[in-house]
Amino acid sequence: MFGWSELIPALPELLVLAMACVVLVVGLYSSNRSGGGFIVFLSVLTMLFAIIITAKDHVATVEFSRQLLFNGTFIRDGFGDMLKVVVYILMIAVFFYAKQYLRTNHNVRGEYFALLLFATLGTMVMISGHSFISLYLGLELVALSSYALVAYSRTDIKGNEAAMKYFILGAMASGLFLYGVSLLYGATGSLQIDEISSAIARQDNDMMLVLGLIFIMVGIAFKLGAVPFHMWLPDVYQGAPAATTLFLSSAPKIAAFALAVRVLSQGMENIFDYWQPMVASLALMSIIVGNIFALQQDNLKRMFAYSTISHIGFMLLGLVGGADGVASAMFYMIVYLIMAVGGFGIIVLLSSKGIEAENISDFKGLNQRNSWYAFMMLLILFSMAGVPPLVGFFAKLYVLQAVIAAGYLWLAILAVIFAVIGAFYYLRVVKVMYFDESETDQAIDVSFDVKAVLSVNALAQLGLLVILPVLFQYCIYVTRTL
Amino acid sequence: MFEQSLLSVLIWLPMIGGLLLLALGQQRAGMVKFLALALSVATFLLSIPLWTQFDGGSAALQFVEKVVWIDALNIHYHLGVNGIAMPLVILTTVITVLIVLSAWRVIDKHVHQYMAAMLILEGMLIGVFSAHDALLFYLFFEAMLIPMFIIIGVWGGPNRVYATIKFFLYTFLGSVLMLIGLIYLYMQSGTWNLTELAALPLTMQQQTWLFFAFFIAFAVKIPMFPVHTWLPDAHVEAPTGGSVVLAAIMLKVGGYGFIRFSLPILPDASQEFTWLLITLSLIAVIYIGLVAIVQKDMKKLIAYSSISHMGFVTLGIFLVFMLMRTDGNSDMALTGAVIQMVSHGFISAAMFLCVGVLYDRLHTRMIRDYGGVINTMPWFGAFFVFFAMANSGLPGTSGFVGEFMVILASFQANFWIAFSAAITLILGAAYSLWMIKRVVFGSITNEAVESMQDVNSREFFILAVLAVFVLVLGVWPEPLVEVMRASVQQVIEHVSVSKVI
Repeated sequence: MFGWSELIPALPELLVLAMACVVLVVGLYSSNRSGGGFIVFLSVLTMLFAIIITAKDHVATVEFSRQLLFNGTFIRDGFGDMLKVVVYILMIAVFFYAKQYLRTNHNVRGEYFALLLFATLGTMVMISGHSFISLYLGLELVALSSYALVAYSRTDIKGNEAAMKYFILGAMASGLFLYGVSLLYGATGSLQIDEISSAIARQDNDMMLVLGLIFIMVGIAFKLGAVPFHMWLPDVYQGAPAATTLFLSSAPKIAAFALAVRVLSQGMENIFDYWQPMVASLALMSIIVGNIFALQQDNLKRMFAYSTISHIGFMLLGLVGGADGVASAMFYMIVYLIMAVGGFGIIVLLSSKGIEAENISDFKGLNQRNSWYAFMMLLILFSMAGVPPLVGFFAKLYVLQAVIAAGYLWLAILAVIFAVIGAFYYLRVVKVMYFDESETDQAIDVSFDVKAVLSVNALAQLGLLVILPVLFQYCIYVTRTL
Repeated sequence: MFEQSLLSVLIWLPMIGGLLLLALGQQRAGMVKFLALALSVATFLLSIPLWTQFDGGSAALQFVEKVVWIDALNIHYHLGVNGIAMPLVILTTVITVLIVLSAWRVIDKHVHQYMAAMLILEGMLIGVFSAHDALLFYLFFEAMLIPMFIIIGVWGGPNRVYATIKFFLYTFLGSVLMLIGLIYLYMQSGTWNLTELAALPLTMQQQTWLFFAFFIAFAVKIPMFPVHTWLPDAHVEAPTGGSVVLAAIMLKVGGYGFIRFSLPILPDASQEFTWLLITLSLIAVIYIGLVAIVQKDMKKLIAYSSISHMGFVTLGIFLVFMLMRTDGNSDMALTGAVIQMVSHGFISAAMFLCVGVLYDRLHTRMIRDYGGVINTMPWFGAFFVFFAMANSGLPGTSGFVGEFMVILASFQANFWIAFSAAITLILGAAYSLWMIKRVVFGSITNEAVESMQDVNSREFFILAVLAVFVLVLGVWPEPLVEVMRASVQQVIEHVSVSKVI
């Protein structure tokens, strides 16, 4: 039976839900002129409180208890809590960058932040979903908020086109996912992850189960943007306002990752042999296609989109590594999203009214204009390329180690060769920033708080080295207790 | 206490100092220069105890520091130097001081970033030479690429972008395969500790694969014959300081890698592929030597001569295996290789600095634009002739010692190897002295040369310091030989025992 005490573990979700509504209402009364400072303040405060509520249970005891709520449709465990804290931290950065972006475009409205909060809520539900119903609800909440965020600039044709494309393809992927779920329900008689897992363990693998798995895999691959279900990603990343692109490459990716882990590693661990080759081929294709297509992009947002695809591929390689690989995939995901948010953050900062600094040539001579931002971008780019001592290298190291441990030496070799190819396009941006002459000496006007957030974000590429062992230890621990 | 963390201080002092310089910014250029000089001199002074307190009688790792870093992967922050690494650390600290000085007037754009990049690079190079954990080594090994990429790209010549990207991708591709090899070794052994890895038994097939993974990484770095093409490009485009650090220190990382990784961890595969390495080394010595003769650009000429000289290093290292079979003096071959590394560090630095002096005056590196320089720049002419002599291996200079030891050792292995290697003495003289003849001697060929000023006191000091090192090492190499004797013997004893399962 349902009791009020069951709500306590879901307190972070309730908080974010309540605050999303508050922000929506406050937004109506806060004019464009005030710059939305209060809304951002409220949103950031929400995230800070959410961090406290989520993490406080783990401060007292290291033990991560596993609580199932609402008839087993919702789970609270260490894995979910850790991912949620990462989401909150990323969202704080997203709020600051979004404020900067909307202010330069004189388009600050409360809905934007309310939508971001609703999407965050969807992410949290997906992370904690323990039944396909709740997982699907979260997925749709994230998706619907994202469509609106992409179409936020009503007059921007490109943004509308991107939103349309995103919506149609997204709806199709949701449909495929649901179809897979229904097949799975037919095969196992349940929608709950634990029950599916034990049902699969009991029975022989029949055709319906495998078919369901394939459709679910397509849905996950679409949400992650893995090749060959990546087509929407470059167009949406390019067309959406930079602040939205920034958001799309943060929390929703974690949600998709959590979905993959919950469904594959938790629900279907017994048919690992079936999905492992699927994930491996998705991973390999993503790494190859992502890196090769990124080479020829002149639009930085598009280049980052293809680079995202290749990074997703690398993360999926971690899942190929089996139980131990999940920790490395999780670590890779966290590290990559910190880099991606920072990279898009700099695009946001360099954008001026109506003009997005999205072409690589916009970064010409950045070192002359502002050597601090150039250095921050340098750290992020080299980290993405996986050059030590930046933290991106360690993320790759863990994944490679998991892949080799699983006996896929050839996959690891292919992955690093394409990582070298990938290094080229990151170097190209560094080249433009440092070796070319600046065409404009327009000052970069950024408020102090955003500058501080960006600096912390970029310096994390070095700073994370200090807490790296602890962070990785946590990843291992929470994935073992899945 | 001080001794226990000496290596850490040497690594982190220049790196943190470099970051500090970055923060100081463009406006305080004068202060940045003095601070950079102070940091590099301090690092050099701190590295002196490394030499004076080194126990040359022991092959054991000294100045050891060991702390667990990443427990989940058993990675340690493990530093220590033996007799082979220690001289290379000192070489790094000496050369960096000279590089900072040489940039004093020459670099006018983003001085703070230049100095910071050089100092950070210094810290990483010391890290490479003193890391005793394979992953820590790899970290420094790769991280070096970032400052070097920036140095060539920002302060380089007209074709710098092509050169620096080629440099980066070449070395990056080489080293990621090494990373796979290292992870594989870790899977087999559960450790990154170089001593434990050296003791790990491996089948011949495993050793062969790993050997080639390491071989590509180090061969690109040295660089050895077919993968050397990035070096002339990088050298020609790099600013003087960049060329110096590249030739004097970074190339040595490859040779050092062979001694530290390939030989001890994969002795049987190294033995098996000795023929390949010796052949490639001889091709480098002779063919690249011939290529050097026809160069019109002085920097390119010196770059090719570097490849040719580094051929002696690999020749010396792999002669060990041939000599072991014939009971020859394999100590001499390896000692010769290491001495050649140190000596080439000083001589190539000096040669590039000499070209830099000329370039600063006329802004051209073409041999045909000069002629009769001795008439207007007598002091400089004297230095340049001296270093060219050293470069061609004149007895009494350090260039002679290493080459002679390697040639002598190769006589015990095979007459024809020795014969081919000895051709370098002719080729070296040919390319070095012919260049000198055209640039320094003769009558003044054009007005530009006539207006050139002789070296100023700063340039004089830099060249004089290098000349002293070249002479002292040439006349009395005994201290250097002494310091590495035990370590060299330990390597040879280790590789003479097969570890095939």
